[in-house]
Amino acid sequence: MAKKLESSVKNMILCLFFISLFMSAALGFVYQATKGPIAETQKKAEIDALKNVLPKFDNDPTTEAKEIEGLTYYIAKSGEKAVGCAVKTFTTKAFSGRFDLMVGFKVDGTINSIAVLEQKETPGLGDKMKTKWKDQFNGKNPKDFKMTVKKDGGEVDAISASTITSRAFCDATQKAYDGYIKNYAQQLNTGGNDE
Amino acid sequence: MSNLKFLTNGLLKENPSFVLVLGTCPALAVTTSAINGAGMGAATMFVLICSNILISLLKNLIPDKVRIVAFIVVIASFVTIVDLSMKAFVPDLYKSLGIFIPLIVVNCIILGRAEAFAQKNATFPALLDGIGMGIGFTLALTIMGSIRELLGSGSIFDIKLVSETTKTMLLFILPPGAFLTYGYLIAIVNKLRAKN
Repeated sequence: MAKKLESSVKNMILCLFFISLFMSAALGFVYQATKGPIAETQKKAEIDALKNVLPKFDNDPTTEAKEIEGLTYYIAKSGEKAVGCAVKTFTTKAFSGRFDLMVGFKVDGTINSIAVLEQKETPGLGDKMKTKWKDQFNGKNPKDFKMTVKKDGGEVDAISASTITSRAFCDATQKAYDGYIKNYAQQLNTGGNDE
Repeated sequence: MSNLKFLTNGLLKENPSFVLVLGTCPALAVTTSAINGAGMGAATMFVLICSNILISLLKNLIPDKVRIVAFIVVIASFVTIVDLSMKAFVPDLYKSLGIFIPLIVVNCIILGRAEAFAQKNATFPALLDGIGMGIGFTLALTIMGSIRELLGSGSIFDIKLVSETTKTMLLFILPPGAFLTYGYLIAIVNKLRAKN
């Protein structure tokens, strides 16, 4: 076996230089190779979430997505007619800080369905919001559905032992509704678009 | 055969999780379900095998005084490769493992094997050692994940074994459950080793 290189300053610098050079070249290559697939997966996840929360549509809402005040709005169309709007919303009042939801509205502001995008709530407690629990919002119009938990005088059944999560969920959904009404409702409801 | 010994060493006799008690942080944190445990184990195994091979190849070119720095550069690069690939091809698993993928860099199993084994041995034994230790770690994490998932959410590999409304032992999904499971498993493995 060859002898180990001596720890002289020159040897150490050369060794680290070449290892770093070689490894960064490898990383650059992998980055290039995975860039496409990563972008694709992210786009697919976005479209899947939209399909879950919106009525049937046939355009690509991601191309015209628009961000206003931190929320992202996706308009879904079937032919030329707008069928709904999905709002990517968030709350910072959650038990572990922040989570992101995708809320789908029909054009009149009725909630079609809600999907949970990203969350770090306690497994088995707060993360029950991903289950059937969130279906209680479907078909409700926040105009005449008081979106706070029953403890706070609203109409939402809180997840047991996870009132903070439930409150945060309402907060995010309410934010999405307010944003939709303020920015898009009128535009989508004029011109015979109403269902 | 002595080569075979390198391979089987990591399974029980020197199991990285249960006997050497290395890499406890991911073992406790990500094993909330069997699939998370298996995924984390596989990612670690890949990094372990690659870094073992490369370090045993380079062992004579790395001066002693900078060896740890050089090892970390090698390991960190492989971890980033795993991170990017998982993000591209298994996004769901990537999401649930989260920060613990980048944290493989500081997993002491990998640096430990580089320091204690790869830099003193030829490439082939280093490869076998990487595979053996990797399988041992994956096995340990998968077992822990299965037990916690079974007790905590009544399923295994996402296959529900009890009805939706059954009360499960939530504790096992939460951090205290990780310590309980880990403790009992170490005790059992020690008992098994004492018998042999």
